[in-house]
Amino acid sequence: MAGYYHQEDLPRFAEMGQCAPELWQKFSDWYGAVFSEGALSAREKSLIALAVAHAIQCPYCIDAYTQQCLETGSNLDQMTEAVHVAAAIRGGASLVHGLQMRNAAAKVSL
Amino acid sequence: MSLVGVGHPLASPEAQLRVLETRRHRAWKPFEQALAESGLFPLRATGIRVLQLNLGKLCNQTCRHCHVDAGPDRREMMSRETAELCLAALAQTDIPIVDITGGAPELNPNFRWLVEQARALGRHVMDRCNLTVLLLPSQADLAQFLARHRVEIVASLPYYQQRETDAQRGQGVFAKSIEAIRRLNTLGYGQPDSGLQLNLVYNPTGAFLPPNQKSIEADFKRELWRRYGVRFNSLYTITNMPISRFLEYLLRSGNYERYMERLVNAFNPEAAAGVMCRSTLSVGWDGTLYDCDFNQMLELSVSYGAPRHIRDFDVAKLATRQIRVGPHCYGCTAGCGSSCCGTITSSAR
Repeated sequence: MAGYYHQEDLPRFAEMGQCAPELWQKFSDWYGAVFSEGALSAREKSLIALAVAHAIQCPYCIDAYTQQCLETGSNLDQMTEAVHVAAAIRGGASLVHGLQMRNAAAKVSL
Repeated sequence: MSLVGVGHPLASPEAQLRVLETRRHRAWKPFEQALAESGLFPLRATGIRVLQLNLGKLCNQTCRHCHVDAGPDRREMMSRETAELCLAALAQTDIPIVDITGGAPELNPNFRWLVEQARALGRHVMDRCNLTVLLLPSQADLAQFLARHRVEIVASLPYYQQRETDAQRGQGVFAKSIEAIRRLNTLGYGQPDSGLQLNLVYNPTGAFLPPNQKSIEADFKRELWRRYGVRFNSLYTITNMPISRFLEYLLRSGNYERYMERLVNAFNPEAAAGVMCRSTLSVGWDGTLYDCDFNQMLELSVSYGAPRHIRDFDVAKLATRQIRVGPHCYGCTAGCGSSCCGTITSSAR
């Protein structure tokens, strides 16, 4: 196997419904409802999805939501800022755990 | 340089059609089948509301997505004689709209005469303008001419930022376009209650579909006013057709299959029922008749018994003609649909 991720697998996502069609249907309906226009616009939801895709580092999601962001009118500046938000939260999440380190160190220190 | 100018194989409409016909994934149904499953085949015209005149391929820009393969090196131009035939055809009908396009149609020496004559016949005239043509020294009085004749301007501006616009239309085009809009605004174009319509056209700056028209129009209005203090009336979103220079880009960048799949999967029967070819007749620079400007560039003239040249204009036959379709037509039926006046339907993708 040349690698674990293949771009051509993305359109095959629906094959996940083959052995659990009811679960797949529930997921598909919910997913569709989540991304339709609501209190947030489709464009805002796509930017959130793009940021989350980077936080969870899913290449399929990055591919799909880059396209989706462009197709909902976002530009590269806005998409880059969304990725920075994800990166900042990830970085901040690591850093704030420094307090655990400080607490642990304090506990065993004179 | 145009594809013709560099001798690219895809300059030939036959070569483009060959790609569209042969590089098809087996899961993509023929466009005719998609229409048939929606009860729309054979697709027929419902009348002629728009007479679209393509005055030629000469343009002062060489946009990377241009379906006309227009540019400064192209010389095909509608003659006065052909323009007279178009007006004679117009005069014998009540077609309400004359849509003038190119290339940069204003660079055709017959453009202003044609506008004057069409307006004298009482028709609404639209000029598909690239904006930068208004700044050419030879066209210094063009904006005033258009305003005097109450011509609707439909102007290309793919994004409200320089990077995206210049990437598609050429270095420096964005700044010139803003300057041109500013001049048009000064004349009353795009201003509330002036009656001078300035509508902008959004084309995606890559291998993706356009956003929701209303949503991106709001972005354009807000950002163009906030950043540059310029106004316009409406924004039309138009899907890039997989022909000519955009087809060449799709193939060169490895995006062809994915883009076509996107168009095919987004086929919308509601959009198909309202495609512009059903109410438009397109005239090429040499007087040949087509169902639309895209068929024109693929040299697919009207067929199925309809007259093929403006000299043989027969409104009864043309207004009910069967329309020639092909794989490229998926570009007009994807999502909310695409026409020369933007989205066809209001339904969400």
